[in-house]
Amino acid sequence: MPTLKQLASRKELFVSGHRLCPGCGAGVVARQVMMAIDKPVVVGCATGCLEVSSTIFPYSAWNTPWLHSAFENVAATISGAVAAYESLKRQGRIHQEAVFVAFGGDGGTYDIGLQALSGAAERGHRLLYVCYNNQAYMNTGIQRSSATPLGAHTTTSPAGKVIPGKVQFSKDLASIMVAHNIPYVATAIPGRWADLVGKVEKAVACGGFAFMEVLSPCRLGWPHDPALTLEITRVAADTCLWPLYEVIEGKYRLTYRPKEKKPVSEWLKLQRRFSHLFKPENAHLLEELQKGVDIRWESLLKKCEAA
Amino acid sequence: MSQEEKKVAKTGNEAFAEAMRQINPDVVAAYPITPATEIVQIFSQFVADGMVKTEFVPAESEHSAMSACIGASACGARAMTGTSAQGLALMWEMLYIAAGLRLPIVMAVVNRALSAPINIHCDHSDTMGARDSGWIQIFSENVQEAYDNLIQAVRIAEHPDVCLPVMVTTDGFILSHCLETLAMLSDEQVSQFVGPVPNRTDLLSSLEKNQPITIGALDLQDYYFEHRRQVAEAMVKAKRVIALIGDEFAKLSGRHYSFVEPYRLEEAEAAVVVMGSSTGTAKEVVDSLRASGKKVGLLKIRVFRPFPEEEIVKALGKVKVVGIMDRADGLNAVSGPLYPEIAAAFYHHQSRPQLLDFIYGLGGRDVPPRDIETIFSDLLEVTSSGKRNFTVKYIGVRE
Repeated sequence: MPTLKQLASRKELFVSGHRLCPGCGAGVVARQVMMAIDKPVVVGCATGCLEVSSTIFPYSAWNTPWLHSAFENVAATISGAVAAYESLKRQGRIHQEAVFVAFGGDGGTYDIGLQALSGAAERGHRLLYVCYNNQAYMNTGIQRSSATPLGAHTTTSPAGKVIPGKVQFSKDLASIMVAHNIPYVATAIPGRWADLVGKVEKAVACGGFAFMEVLSPCRLGWPHDPALTLEITRVAADTCLWPLYEVIEGKYRLTYRPKEKKPVSEWLKLQRRFSHLFKPENAHLLEELQKGVDIRWESLLKKCEAA
Repeated sequence: MSQEEKKVAKTGNEAFAEAMRQINPDVVAAYPITPATEIVQIFSQFVADGMVKTEFVPAESEHSAMSACIGASACGARAMTGTSAQGLALMWEMLYIAAGLRLPIVMAVVNRALSAPINIHCDHSDTMGARDSGWIQIFSENVQEAYDNLIQAVRIAEHPDVCLPVMVTTDGFILSHCLETLAMLSDEQVSQFVGPVPNRTDLLSSLEKNQPITIGALDLQDYYFEHRRQVAEAMVKAKRVIALIGDEFAKLSGRHYSFVEPYRLEEAEAAVVVMGSSTGTAKEVVDSLRASGKKVGLLKIRVFRPFPEEEIVKALGKVKVVGIMDRADGLNAVSGPLYPEIAAAFYHHQSRPQLLDFIYGLGGRDVPPRDIETIFSDLLEVTSSGKRNFTVKYIGVRE
């Protein structure tokens, strides 16, 4: 594990000049992931905020080979790139070692890209897939996704007079990926960079398909004070709504245990998309959300203890 | 014919798979679909037996198969796939992206009717739906042509003036599953003909040179149009390259291919335009009508994209009445898709035939000689009366 000083001295592969919003989590996530990889990297990106904001022709914020084809297929596209690499390497036509990384938002990963992701994971291509999860379709203007938390207001799950925001819990994608029996699955937050960097190192070294999911605040969609981007991810981990863990060859390990488990409302109140939940008539939703978080946390602890 | 050629009996799918084995691509990513399944099935056996150097990606859908081909091709690999009908339709989004990113992917397509109703047999509705995608499209009359076209397709796609993907088609079941005599080139001949992958700017070479490139950037109002204009220009340039590769292939094989193939058009008063396997049947009909003194002929279109406008006008300019055989419906309340393109080709020419459209053979409906005789009989009636009473006629359908 490199020190912060060592990380800072590495060549930056995701550089400034991109047009992500001030306070956007995606840029921080991309930068941390790329810093963690001390080898030549080829990057694939699904259509989404990170893609449209970092490669507006004729500019590119990627100081490394980078490819985008469409929205739902970054896992398939990058698996073709890995296949090309394996083939050309075997034939002696290239000699360079390379690491392959795919970035997709929660839309491109949880929803429209789930099939391509599952296919690539099952085939076991040697690559790291990073989902930067901002919990809605932020690039098209804050529509709900299956990663949107219960109760959140989005433009397609608005908090209205009859329906108080999103009525479903988010999908547990990490468990779905664990069920693919891939060698490495982890969650992370940009607010705990050392945890994230260590996980990326393990993911890249795992020798197969690795999946990481990183919570990525959206200051426009959540919305929150852009100065709090990293702090808000730490509060998410402290409430156990976004627990930090890794699954190595099917074995769960908690990588961060909050000293004191904070109530989920501590996280909710930092974001306006949940403001309606604090009205007296929606108290039951707050309770339901807290209960859901508690159940998932307990279940995760059991998996970690079992391992 | 070359000394090294051997004659074998192969189905269309086997011929495609054999051509792929001899081309020996770096990456094949595919998903099975009737009637194209065998292509990838046979090819995966070649991979399993170590007969090719190919990295095979058994994708979980055609959309992902084409996406993987795009990823592979963007890395400088020679990438191939095969599909049909719904599979091609599922790839639709990625077809445009493959062409727009200028990736020389080669695909074998077995023509099959699009759903609904679901059907597994031949018509051209699948590939006609991809006609504006920026793919070069080459249709095959028989198994020999399918084999020869696929080998040439690699060179056409990868030519630096072109850099566009190419699809080569056969007609579902009629060619894909029927045994025909195939003259195969030797593995060495094909290997030499396709040659090494020409240098392109690709992701992996950019990594090795430490000059990283970005492929698939966002083009807004200020660049999209220029890049699409370049795709259009590449399609124009493809015409010269297709002819060039055709000549080179003729030297190797003794078989010469052009954009169109005129058949008995000398002094013809009536002719049909036809694509794919029905050409053989139509040639038989032309022969028998010629034997009875009728001045008829046909024009086969081999290359549909780029559209051989000049060649069509040259071949049919003196014919009085031309029947266009459309094995797909345009559902535009006017005609099938081939008709308006040929009509447009003639619009600015003084000497032009009367045109009639015949939609035939949808969903694998048999195309017996009598149906083509009916078409000629309609055409000959117009040659004598000078009157054209319809634009489109459906042939061989109960209505």
